[in-house]
Amino acid sequence: MKRFFCVICVLAALSGCAATGTHPDDPYEGFNRAMFSFNEGLDTVVKPVAEGYETLTPLPIRVVIGNFFGNIGDVWISVNNFLQGKVEAGFSDIGRVLVNSTFGFCGIFDFASEMGLEKHSEDFGQTLGVWGVESGPYFFWPIIGPRTARDTFGWGVDFAVDPVRRIRHDNATRNTLIGVRTIEGRARLLQAEKVLDSASFDKYNTIRNMYLNGRAAAIKDED
Amino acid sequence: MMKSLCLELLLPFFMLFPSVPAFADDLLVFAEEAPDALVKRVTDEVLEIVRQDKDIQSGNTKKILELVEAKVFPHFDFAHMTALAVGRDWSRATPDQKKRLADEFHILLVRTYSNALTAYRDQSIRYRALKRAPEDTEVLVRTEILQPGSKPITLNYSLEKHDDGWKVFDVAVAGVSLVGNYRDAFSTEVRANGIDGLLKMLVDKNKQLEASQK
Repeated sequence: MKRFFCVICVLAALSGCAATGTHPDDPYEGFNRAMFSFNEGLDTVVKPVAEGYETLTPLPIRVVIGNFFGNIGDVWISVNNFLQGKVEAGFSDIGRVLVNSTFGFCGIFDFASEMGLEKHSEDFGQTLGVWGVESGPYFFWPIIGPRTARDTFGWGVDFAVDPVRRIRHDNATRNTLIGVRTIEGRARLLQAEKVLDSASFDKYNTIRNMYLNGRAAAIKDED
Repeated sequence: MMKSLCLELLLPFFMLFPSVPAFADDLLVFAEEAPDALVKRVTDEVLEIVRQDKDIQSGNTKKILELVEAKVFPHFDFAHMTALAVGRDWSRATPDQKKRLADEFHILLVRTYSNALTAYRDQSIRYRALKRAPEDTEVLVRTEILQPGSKPITLNYSLEKHDDGWKVFDVAVAGVSLVGNYRDAFSTEVRANGIDGLLKMLVDKNKQLEASQK
């Protein structure tokens, strides 16, 4: 995976020589569109698996799977809330992890939400944004998709601290968890994608707009 | 005669109650529904229908389109929305072009909105308090879609005051404006092929969506 990250860095450096974009928010549009096509190609394999998962798995089971990974994610969300100075939200996230890990049977039930401890969505890119780091140019990366320069670095930190990836003694469990999480995440996007397809004239363009505006809103907690 | 006598007798009673002016206020509000009340009423009505209609839940496109057209879109101002989506080039369009653009954009948004509505699965809506001065003619009504296990998603409506009530001119989901979403695509097309090119692009898109949603 480290090698993969290096390849991305080299690609980015190379594409830097040939700024092709006409859109002010998208100086590397040529590179980005090429990577977008690459990901759309990958998605012809991933999407059917996600659709199969959605058709074959009953909704309650999908909710349980989503909650399980959501509970693991809440730990890092809590840290980011503290880093952003949102102490109350940080404690609320800790409360969520404690309640859901115990009463929620290892996180498969989200009792904390029922108790009024709402789920948040934070990552290190948002934390950097709150600290005043500029977003930098927009990129569309292979596999991970849209990220600004700041959010690419943020993603690297999120990736490095990912608890699932740190399971070292049992490769089979780790890879299964990563696989299921990926498919579950892709399945979540299926419905939104239908709306996006009907709403957009140029999918690449629409995703860029939604990403840049959505991230700006998320940093101000207006999403 | 009898009627006026009754009134004369009863009037002092009414005047005793301080709630009478409040009652008059209610009547006034009813005559001109507040923007947040409008959003709540329409949302509640539509979601109640969706919850009870098995056809809509299973994705009956025709029924959903009819519901959106009958209940939701009478409260939308499509000329305003189209003007915002087209941006600076809007002033270059003739009145006839403007009308046709708004009509096509209307059709496109019905499709988009209907697609979004089929995704509805019993989530509840939270209405945030409206910050508004009485003289404001534009307001932002903020709501949130709540779903256990996920962060609430904000769904904000921008409304403008008209003679016949408040009208929505933009909707923002998770901080992303629906109208703003089209601005890039529209201005690129107008620059390349003019207003008529944009009109053709909308007509083609609507035909394509109609064919795929049958």
